[in-house]
Amino acid sequence: MVDMALSDQVVVPAQARARLKALDRFRLSDAVFQHLTRAAAIGVLLLLSGVIVSLIQGSLLTFKTFGLSFLWSSRWNPVTDNYGALPAIFGTVVTSFIAMLIAVPVGLLIAFFLTELCPQWLRRPIGIAIELLAGIPSIIYGIWGLFLFAPFLQATLQPFLIDTLGNVPIIAPLFAGPPYGIGMLTAGLILAIMVLPFVTSISRDVFDAVPPVLKEAAYGLGCTTWEVVRYVVLPYARVGVIGGLMLGLGRALGETMAVTFVIGNAHRISASILAPGTTISATIANEFTEAVGDLYTSALTSLGLILFVITFIVLAAARFMLLRLERRIG
Amino acid sequence: MMERALAARFATRRRRNGIATGLAYAATAFGLGWLVLILGALLWKGLSALSPAVLIEMTPPPGSAGGLLNPIVGSLMLTVLAVVIGTPIGILAGTYMAEYGRYDRLSSVVRFINDILLSAPSIVIGLFIYEVMVAPMGHFSGWAGGVALSVLVIPVVVRTTEDMLSLVPNALREAATSIGLPRSLAITRICYRAARAGMVTGVLLAVARISGETAPLLFTSLNNQFWSTNFNGPISSLPVVIFQFALSPYKDWQALAWTGALIITMAVLALSITARTLVSSGKQS
Repeated sequence: MVDMALSDQVVVPAQARARLKALDRFRLSDAVFQHLTRAAAIGVLLLLSGVIVSLIQGSLLTFKTFGLSFLWSSRWNPVTDNYGALPAIFGTVVTSFIAMLIAVPVGLLIAFFLTELCPQWLRRPIGIAIELLAGIPSIIYGIWGLFLFAPFLQATLQPFLIDTLGNVPIIAPLFAGPPYGIGMLTAGLILAIMVLPFVTSISRDVFDAVPPVLKEAAYGLGCTTWEVVRYVVLPYARVGVIGGLMLGLGRALGETMAVTFVIGNAHRISASILAPGTTISATIANEFTEAVGDLYTSALTSLGLILFVITFIVLAAARFMLLRLERRIG
Repeated sequence: MMERALAARFATRRRRNGIATGLAYAATAFGLGWLVLILGALLWKGLSALSPAVLIEMTPPPGSAGGLLNPIVGSLMLTVLAVVIGTPIGILAGTYMAEYGRYDRLSSVVRFINDILLSAPSIVIGLFIYEVMVAPMGHFSGWAGGVALSVLVIPVVVRTTEDMLSLVPNALREAATSIGLPRSLAITRICYRAARAGMVTGVLLAVARISGETAPLLFTSLNNQFWSTNFNGPISSLPVVIFQFALSPYKDWQALAWTGALIITMAVLALSITARTLVSSGKQS
């Protein structure tokens, strides 16, 4: 190619040589650049496999010592070197469940407001404000939760729950015990506030992606705003909404600092959601630097592995669903 | 008869609609209320202890006055290290996915994995770096902290770089190729320039994300009571100091924790607002 291009013109040999050299240099730098970008892309893959391999390696000792019973044992005693993951897993699941229970309906309603009810000029500011809520670092939620939110709950919501729901026959154990302020409920509520922006912004995006024709047709039939959202928008956006919810769930499961502040760090399983508990991430954050002995460290790393596996599954499912939606739209 | 039934049904539907829209308004107020409450609490608690001493004095022992100079400097150093490591890798990987292998298998796998990394629990990243850096080296270090943060930077930068490069019109690439520009130069001189605002936004968002991160630093860079700029030893950082001071029983420390929280939040909010305006100004031009 190059030679042909050159032979068409009358060029002084020295110049031709210089030009060939330059082309060679370009070819080389081109190849180098392409391989560099490829290597970086593969590096991202290696990063994730590195995380998995190192966590598995770190938790080998635990599973060698306790076997799989580590997963359902509820002991946690650093003095006798006896560990089980159940209380932490339980706390993680319960706090995330409380968070989703609140964040999902509220998030969907805000998305409903932003896409159907909100005047156009107000959409952007409110959208940005909700996203700022997502940008606040989790440690800020933690310090706020510990000093202001937990005492507030202790004085108001928790006594109220104990006095009312605490007397209803079947669910009474859920609200038993004194109002500590800190505990599973408080952690769940703070998680709800943190997850809310994720649920909202993804739901808003998928609501926005619903073809206007569909909505207009429904309005034309005389549907109310709520009916349009309930029977047209929601069914159409279902997959995307579920994907968004699972992204939020993934965040709630792995959230560390905010929970560490307000959960109370008690390795026990109690029926009452007002009682202190612990989560996987809070246990690691609290105990890792003080962990002495290989088994202790390894047990905490195993907790990390369990957390990673759980969130990986949730996030992968979420991405899969969002991907499916993208394909349908695109 | 019939008409009355219809009217009743219409009234029910209207009422239901009214309830639903009312709830939507309430939910929005509820969501925005938290933002106001949290920012208000931060300003109220944080400003009361904010003074020049915070910026020029070291963290104090319990019971005496002091500032947050060493954690602020430590945080800045860790952030710079993380950006220096993470940005090039992120940009290169994003470049591959948008330019060389937009439709190939590797890209779609990396895209999926990157999305997982993007929302993986940050404490797990801390454990990972502990296993691969702190444990073999035998001690906590600023290097480990910076690398842990860079693992959080990479997915953000990969994502925005890829998205922004994908928005660059193909006509630009064709024009570059037609004047004989090698592909690597076409990318670095033309596409990067066209996507610059978006890529800078990505880096800003990444910085905003890591500047408040605590979990991955707890057992990588640990903390340091004293002035230290040595990456080989433990380094103080603002989030970890806030964590420690807030959970301490000392009033002075708690007040400093609030001030630190205020500083971080303001920095993060400023960064994300800047990033947003960059994006919207890029869209208009």
